[in-house]
Amino acid sequence: MTFLPVLGAVILALLPRRRAALVRWFAFLVAAATFAVSLLLYTGFDAASADYQFPERLPWMPSFGISYHLGIDGISLLLVLLTTFLSPLALLSSWRAVEDRVKEFSISMLLLETGMLGVFVSLDLFLFYIFWEAMLIPMYLIIGVWGGPARIYAAIKFILYTLTGSVLMLVAILALYFQHGAATGTYTFDLPVLARYVVPGGAQVWLFLAFAVAFAIKVPMFPFHTWLPDAHVEAPTAGSVILAGVLLKMGTYGFLRFCLPLFPQASLAFVPWIFLLSLVGIVYGAWVSMVQPDLKKLVAYSSVSHLGFVMLGLFTLTPQGIVGGIIQMVNHGLSTGALFLMVGILYERRHTRLIADLGGLWKTIPAFSVLFMIVSLSSLGLPGLNGFVGEFLILVGAFAWASGQPAAAPLAYLVPVLATSGIVFAAVYMLWMYQRVCFGEITNEANRGLPDLTGREWAVLLPVLLFIVWIGVYPRPFTGMTEASVQALIAQVQSKAAVAAVGVGTR
Amino acid sequence: MSAALVPLAPLLLVAATAGLVILLDLLPPREGKGHLGIVALAGIVAALLAALSLWGREGRAFGGMLLLDNFALFLDVVICYAAALVLLLSMDYLRRNGIETGEYYILVLLATLGMMLMAQAADLIVIFLALELMSLCLYVLAGFFRGLAAAESSMKYFLLGAFATGFFVYGIALIYGATGTTALDRIAVASGGLRGDPLLLIGFGLLLVGFGFKISSVPFHMWVPDVYEGAPTSVAALIATGSKAAGFAALLRVLFSAFKVAQPDWTLLLWVVAVLTMTVGNVVAIAQSNLKRMLAYSSVAHVGYMLVGVVAGGALGAGGVLFYLLMYTFTTVGAFGVILLLERGRREAVELDDYAGLAARHPVLALTLALFLLSLIGIPPTAGFAGKFYLFGAAVRSGYIWLAIIAVLNSAVAAYYYLRVVVYMYMRESEGVPTEPAPSFAGRLALGIALWGVFQLGLMPAPVLDLARAAVAPLLR
Repeated sequence: MTFLPVLGAVILALLPRRRAALVRWFAFLVAAATFAVSLLLYTGFDAASADYQFPERLPWMPSFGISYHLGIDGISLLLVLLTTFLSPLALLSSWRAVEDRVKEFSISMLLLETGMLGVFVSLDLFLFYIFWEAMLIPMYLIIGVWGGPARIYAAIKFILYTLTGSVLMLVAILALYFQHGAATGTYTFDLPVLARYVVPGGAQVWLFLAFAVAFAIKVPMFPFHTWLPDAHVEAPTAGSVILAGVLLKMGTYGFLRFCLPLFPQASLAFVPWIFLLSLVGIVYGAWVSMVQPDLKKLVAYSSVSHLGFVMLGLFTLTPQGIVGGIIQMVNHGLSTGALFLMVGILYERRHTRLIADLGGLWKTIPAFSVLFMIVSLSSLGLPGLNGFVGEFLILVGAFAWASGQPAAAPLAYLVPVLATSGIVFAAVYMLWMYQRVCFGEITNEANRGLPDLTGREWAVLLPVLLFIVWIGVYPRPFTGMTEASVQALIAQVQSKAAVAAVGVGTR
Repeated sequence: MSAALVPLAPLLLVAATAGLVILLDLLPPREGKGHLGIVALAGIVAALLAALSLWGREGRAFGGMLLLDNFALFLDVVICYAAALVLLLSMDYLRRNGIETGEYYILVLLATLGMMLMAQAADLIVIFLALELMSLCLYVLAGFFRGLAAAESSMKYFLLGAFATGFFVYGIALIYGATGTTALDRIAVASGGLRGDPLLLIGFGLLLVGFGFKISSVPFHMWVPDVYEGAPTSVAALIATGSKAAGFAALLRVLFSAFKVAQPDWTLLLWVVAVLTMTVGNVVAIAQSNLKRMLAYSSVAHVGYMLVGVVAGGALGAGGVLFYLLMYTFTTVGAFGVILLLERGRREAVELDDYAGLAARHPVLALTLALFLLSLIGIPPTAGFAGKFYLFGAAVRSGYIWLAIIAVLNSAVAAYYYLRVVVYMYMRESEGVPTEPAPSFAGRLALGIALWGVFQLGLMPAPVLDLARAAVAPLLR
């Protein structure tokens, strides 16, 4: 499944350049086929088991203990589905937005999809790093070639930020590999094997930091977030959708998949710092969103805020918090993806994203406005829509964490309280934005006589809305998939941290 | 062929081809020496095959002055690949620039002979002779364009190279004075009892200065940008790959076999040199707008990465250097090859501006160059990533974590200037006279081979690395 898009890209490269419609349809069908295949994963997935399922394992560089090892568990399953779900929609959304070099664009998108899927299904650190790095290049091209006016600056900034973080992670991966090898005698990059090894205290802190910086840049956590608004604003719609929908999740996924099980003790030690940065991100992202004149920038900063919630949930290390964090990753992918899609639709009609230029759209394009309303409400966490489920679980997790910290009793409760304030601010900036865009009198004559949604745009948006409502009303099919893996992860972290603590105690 | 000469088969093949080309050059036709290129290429390919078939054999010749082991064979292969690709690229390039003469091919063959001799040398005197053979040919080749820039290139290369040679010979003399021998294995024995002997120490230091010039490590890198810029691009590619491989071959042999006892001392020294080399190379490369100069500074930076492997030592470090040399040969010859094929209005396209909008008109060629540049950055799944992975992995394993961190940060800095070329090709529109590729089947074949190498080593690096590790085993005994 992972390589289906690459196969598609190769065939695409052979298709004639002038037949743009053929290229578009083919790319879309490849992505849709990938989604269909990934649905088989969902139906075949055993939710009761915490093991890695659908394993594929082939030796690749046996002398280095590197193998081609794939597999998914409850944590990655939803993210894989999110990726395969958003990719065809992103391709479909760009049928009008991308006019020149359609072929190259479609190839880049398909390669990007493979990179993202590879990141989520790799169970070998070396393989993971390869996908993680290889994915940068198509994204760089998508921003840099098909982006807005300042695209080159944004593309370079994006790649330099992420590259700096990830090369440090490479050193950490190597250090972990040799340390594990020296301690146990088996040199391997295999994640399940490495996860059983307890890294000694001091080294663990450094390794954790190296991994954490790479992931924090990707998430992005405050203060590593400055590349995000630039990249989002300049990227074409499809790029923004994938960037917000999937790429950012790779950071949070990295924390969950690598930092917690590999370095549990250091992770626990850094919980206060992660919380601090997450809270700053939540509140700062919300405040900055409020004053943005540009719709895309507003959505970009709101991502900083939402991802702060995800990080908060993950590091509460409670079942509710982590499940909520995973669901919130999916939610953010759906809601923010949909927001970017709708901003893109608006931009195709009005060629502006400035809130001040819009207004009164309810009167001219009612169907668009209704959908935009639903998506905005889902983003701010209205009960009954998906955003609420994730944020609620995260806050429950945060309160559970706070009640488990008697030593810092009043202070610990500040964490969920401040986080909750982020939801209030979210309501402020989303509703205020919505009001200025859709309500009121038509102040700008250019807003009259806009065409409403076309059939293709309905086809892009309706599936997303379906899931927005579904997760909001009945999240069980989604949360149920993750719970067993999350329980296993927490048990693993706690037992390893306990082992390490005993080790320290007896020394 | 008598049994004693078998270890020399690759060398003899190249030497015989050089002689044959000299003879053929005297015969008509007077103009159009393209057929000599094909003869030279055939000779190099024969040497390559000979080197491959001799794998695993060990032997000595000329009273132990020359030896054959897997280490020498591996480097012979690297050097032959470099020479073969350069010859392929040269054929149409020379004709286009009106400098197609038989001498060019003869000099390339003799330079290759010198390089291979360096890889097989077991004695400081032979290393010196091989170095001179290689350098003298390259001095001439660097000035082949007969312009002002070419003259500067050749002159600068010659003067600085001659200086370096002086240091080198003086170093050999002092080492001889201290140990009474120039054979590497006997130096190893003698130096065991001479730790801290000033004569030996100074001699060794001077030797390192000479090597520093040849592999262009900081602070002996000043000649690189001017020479690369003024030399024909095919020659620049040969200097960047083949001569560097030869320099590292001799350096590794001297360090690991003759001066093994002094390993803690030279490790410390090379640690500093490695950091300086990669940092200076990368930082200065950012400021270049001429692609050949940029690749020149980038080659300095890559020498820094390889020195990281030397510092790390062990089978992984030294083997990693060999692997890196092979991957660097494919990647760099490829990058120079694309530059060499492109012309903009009767002159070579070497400025960044010449590459604006290239992807729109020549997507395949632009993609090829982009892939070589990605390999130079070290983005998987290209060979560059595998190469860096092994080198930095070796550094981490030997405990040089800081060195590895400085090296990876340097690779991130390098991404900026390599990607700038990609920015020009893919994200800018061209203005004025368009840049067009010259029609050259041989050139395209060379690029195809280089691209194959980049992906072969990128996707399946393990078999080659295992060979490289086996190759350094005789050194580390």
